[in-house]
Amino acid sequence: MSPEETSEALRARFGDSVLDVVHFRGEVTALIQRDLIVEVAGYCRDELQYNYLSDVTATDWLDRRPRFDVVYHLTSLEHWNRFRLKVQVDDGQQVPTVIPVWRAANWGEREVWDLFGVEFEGHPDLRRLLLPEGWIGHPLRKDYPQTQIALPRPKSDKVLQRD
Amino acid sequence: MGVDQKPDPNAIETVTIVPARRLISEEENAFWPTHQGAFLTTRIADIGHWGQANSIWPALFGLACCAIEMMAMSASRWDVARFGSEVFRASPRQSDLMIVAGRLSVKMAPILRQVYDQMPDPKWVISMGACASTGGVFNNYAIVQGVDQIVPVDVYVPGCPPTPDMLMYGFTMLQDKIKQGIPPASDQWLSGRGV
Ligand code: SF4
Repeated sequence: MSPEETSEALRARFGDSVLDVVHFRGEVTALIQRDLIVEVAGYCRDELQYNYLSDVTATDWLDRRPRFDVVYHLTSLEHWNRFRLKVQVDDGQQVPTVIPVWRAANWGEREVWDLFGVEFEGHPDLRRLLLPEGWIGHPLRKDYPQTQIALPRPKSDKVLQRD
Repeated sequence: MGVDQKPDPNAIETVTIVPARRLISEEENAFWPTHQGAFLTTRIADIGHWGQANSIWPALFGLACCAIEMMAMSASRWDVARFGSEVFRASPRQSDLMIVAGRLSVKMAPILRQVYDQMPDPKWVISMGACASTGGVFNNYAIVQGVDQIVPVDVYVPGCPPTPDMLMYGFTMLQDKIKQGIPPASDQWLSGRGV
């Protein structure tokens, strides 16, 4: 099953909930309604054999509403092809987690939360993945300052008071 | 002994024992008079500094690409063992020098400081490469813009990455510093005289 056939199958199954399908240099992306993502993901895994979630990531379109795209890169080891799902989400809204479908989504969604601040509804362990605990802000947002970041003080600063 | 003869197990080979001092020529005898009961005078501090400078054991602290050059420096081609610092210690308790080789991420910074605090005094720090010294090409949120914000630095080695020769030059500069009795940067940091 090629990516084109996948998008047709999604259109046939979910109708208008597939908001858009983009073809670009042999890559196919389907834009899905946000509340249907778990259902679509389950259909992709079970019926269309997309049994491997390679990545979860996001993009920040600063001036657009809704502001973020959350992107799921699917791989089918059966058919040896790839497919991309996208949902749009605004600041402060939540995306349903796809961990029940692919357990690999756990760390991917933690990373997206860490770097973009997109929250995932139902995620069992939404902590920072890459940045240290206690970090303020989400650095891959377009409005995050690029320089002049205040450093967290080193933990053992007390040693400076020793004689 | 012929080939067909068996060696006699009871035979004892005799070796002439030459007195050691005869191995040295008369001129050398005059030049190195130590075994004639002569002595040198020095200060305890000087001989201490001499010992410290020639047995600096670095801690393993390779952080990024610079660490490859640091390994090259310790391997046979550049061979920092010539200066007495071939033993890279895996434990900070056994090391005198921290070569910060690579860019330091903000997440790693507390760990670097902890390893530094675990090293016994006196201790020195070489900041190796553009990244460790200033942040280098990584002017962003994730990288500390110069390790001297975290630990006091004795010698900065520029370059991206510095060649092993450059690092070794920095290392000999540090040796000079120690031999001259200049206190480590950690002392100056603690007494508030700046880094
Ligand atoms: S100074 Fe250059 S070689 Fe060294 S850590 Fe930075 S980028 Fe890598």
